[in-house]
Amino acid sequence: MLGLGVDRLQADINRLLASLFHQGVLDEHFLQLQQLQDETSPNFVYDVINIYFDESEKLLRNLRLLLVDREFSDYKKIGLHLNQLVGSSSSIGARRVRNVCVAFRSASELSNRPGCMRGLEVVEHEYHYLKNMMHELFQLEQQRLLAAGVRYPV
Amino acid sequence: MTREELPNLAESKLTALVVDDNFVNQSIHQKLLARLGIQNDVVCNGKEAVDAHCSGRNYDLILMDMDMPIMNGIQATKRLREMGIESKIAGVTTRANEGEKKEFMEAGLNDFQEKPLTISKLLSILHKLDFYVQT
Repeated sequence: MLGLGVDRLQADINRLLASLFHQGVLDEHFLQLQQLQDETSPNFVYDVINIYFDESEKLLRNLRLLLVDREFSDYKKIGLHLNQLVGSSSSIGARRVRNVCVAFRSASELSNRPGCMRGLEVVEHEYHYLKNMMHELFQLEQQRLLAAGVRYPV
Repeated sequence: MTREELPNLAESKLTALVVDDNFVNQSIHQKLLARLGIQNDVVCNGKEAVDAHCSGRNYDLILMDMDMPIMNGIQATKRLREMGIESKIAGVTTRANEGEKKEFMEAGLNDFQEKPLTISKLLSILHKLDFYVQT
């Protein structure tokens, strides 16, 4: 009976991941992240994704502060922040976030302020969707670990 | 490539330095190197990489990001070469148009890979720089 709980949770995890890959939210680099997790770093994926969240939120905050400033003209700074976001999003396999950051960067290279504001809103939307999905994934994995632990009591 | 198929280069006692200001990339690059048995350190920008060498540290391989604050990868690579550092330096960056790649290579790189870095790309770097013979 307990085994069925673990199996059901694993099926839920697999279904969620398949959906995220199908939607293009994640790509093969997320698989590499999972493959790098091992006994020496059993929480590697969780740790790296949380670093990504921390870094990304700082960058998004900075981007918004820059763009809402009436005196704003430093598109180079926008570009630098976006390079960071593109880089880290690519590395964790966050394909859709990465792609919308590239589109935003194109607007900044043209010094297109309305385009940049739209770009920022799209990036924020995609980022928050990804974050919610990752939280759901981590919750399922935590439940699966707990269920597996119950199955093999000490 | 499965974990079992990966070479373990621990016996060769290779050392590497990760130079990148992005903490996500630092974590992933360090883990990729560790997975291949390569001991490694990390610094956050080109100046820290130069300072590390000035303090006497030396590495077989340097993975150098291009865009970093204080001192970028191009400046750091030039500086290290001026200092006589002969370590193999591989540029790893998201920026890969031909002009930027040329400028980075001309600074003194031995190899260049586009991010994101993967096990395959890292093995390609190691193979090209004669640290690893593919069988």
